[in-house]
Amino acid sequence: MATLVSLREAAAELVHDGDSVALEGFTHLIPFAAGHELIRQRRRNLTLIRMTPDLIYDQMIGMGCAARLIFSWGGNPGVGSLHRFRDAIQTGWPAPLAIEEHSHADMAARYQAGASGLPFAVMRGYVGSDLPKHNKKIKSIECPFTGEVLAATPALHPDVSILHAQKADRKGNVLIYGIIGIQKEAALAAKKVIVTVEEIVDDLDAPTNACVLPSWVVSCVCVVPGGAHPSYAHGYYKRDNAFCVAWDGISRERETFRAWMDRHVMGTADFAEYRRSSGAEAKVISHR
Amino acid sequence: MTIAAARWLRNGSVCFVGIGLPSAAANLARLTHAPDVVLIYESGTIGAKPQVLPLSIGDGELAETADTVVSVPEIFRYWLQGGRVDVGFLGAAQIDSFGNINTTVIGGSYDAPQVRLPGAGGAPEIVTAAKEVAILLKQNKRTFVEKLDFVTSSGYFERSQRSGGVKLRGRGPTTIISDLGVLNSDPATNELVLTAMHPGVCAEQVRNSTGWKLRVAANLEITPKPTARELAALRDLHARTAAAHGTAAGAE
Repeated sequence: MATLVSLREAAAELVHDGDSVALEGFTHLIPFAAGHELIRQRRRNLTLIRMTPDLIYDQMIGMGCAARLIFSWGGNPGVGSLHRFRDAIQTGWPAPLAIEEHSHADMAARYQAGASGLPFAVMRGYVGSDLPKHNKKIKSIECPFTGEVLAATPALHPDVSILHAQKADRKGNVLIYGIIGIQKEAALAAKKVIVTVEEIVDDLDAPTNACVLPSWVVSCVCVVPGGAHPSYAHGYYKRDNAFCVAWDGISRERETFRAWMDRHVMGTADFAEYRRSSGAEAKVISHR
Repeated sequence: MTIAAARWLRNGSVCFVGIGLPSAAANLARLTHAPDVVLIYESGTIGAKPQVLPLSIGDGELAETADTVVSVPEIFRYWLQGGRVDVGFLGAAQIDSFGNINTTVIGGSYDAPQVRLPGAGGAPEIVTAAKEVAILLKQNKRTFVEKLDFVTSSGYFERSQRSGGVKLRGRGPTTIISDLGVLNSDPATNELVLTAMHPGVCAEQVRNSTGWKLRVAANLEITPKPTARELAALRDLHARTAAAHGTAAGAE
């Protein structure tokens, strides 16, 4: 059963140096608050897993949390490059970053294999691509029935998956809606699951076929209003495009990046204080 | 360029849309001659009908206007790999004369690149699973290159060389639409050939903006000028987008 704890406690108890950690959210419900907490607690040598490393992984990489990155697309959506991600790969600053690079379909399949208890994922993929030459995890397999050659990659089993969701009930059942991305697979593939939520409610009021993570597959639930900012929480607040654009300037140089992170993330106690400090107020658009 | 790309999309086709220029063109098509085009974004939104252009592939606008929203594994496995997509509509950082795409690294080596690009995203499987692919990108010697530093997603040459036992389903990147004109793959050689130029562009200019020795079709066409309706629809779309985002997403 999920326990209701503070994000600081959940991160301290469940995420350790050297762990493989997946902070997922396909452009929606990105767990920024949780990423910040890992930065504050100075986690090191993490293997970061995420289909679309964007601003939060740029921040974690630039602050030296990561030793390895497993991903399929790394950019600032609609804006451009991730400067800290590029700096780490191109020059090894602040620490060398090993990469394990896939396509989206493959990352999704790897999570799905992990959630399904299978040793590997199989798909039609990478035909003619150079990626398999540089990623030894991408192999091929012959279909035993048709002889067709297919791509095969190992299942993902993060030590911890961290998600943001709209709400949980008091027992810790979690409801996710809107673009659900890879959230369910990331949770079910992982050994431990932390979910930050906008709010705790008495009744989830979930439609029959809704994406619900039952309390008994979740380790910890933490209430962090606005915790996906500057990404968005469908039904709660919109994406803060202005921040994503501003990040391009903040992150371009190492010095401005470090100064911003020191002031707004390292220099604050938690996400609520960060939001006041950075002016990153997520404007609530509606509740239910 | 956006208008030329929009015209290429047929009404009723099922289109897997990349962000940026492809998204702008696909939505312009939907707002003009192709009201029944089905737009699929890799975030899992099927039948999205955004009123403003999304800044990211998973904006809330896409989910709110979609016929249905499915998970990311479902969109790639059932809908793309399952063979439900007619057209892949993609951008690229670089292409070569056989429609191979690079979105991974430029210069140096893979392990120590001069410029690290975002990477593959959904493209390696879109180019092989969609029945046909169109690529939109601005044309110059840095984007249309003789030899790619990295093949992220394959076009024709690599396919014919390496496809082996892998079943290929679609026709691949048949069409490249740039700011200068339109290139189509020659069915005999698979090489891209300039088949149309936009108004005011000359063949010499296109050749000079191409990193390989560009072949030009004998019956080279000129893209018809944008109509008043097309221009008005595109301006309105960009104006709504700018008002919503405070920026002109996908603007040309």
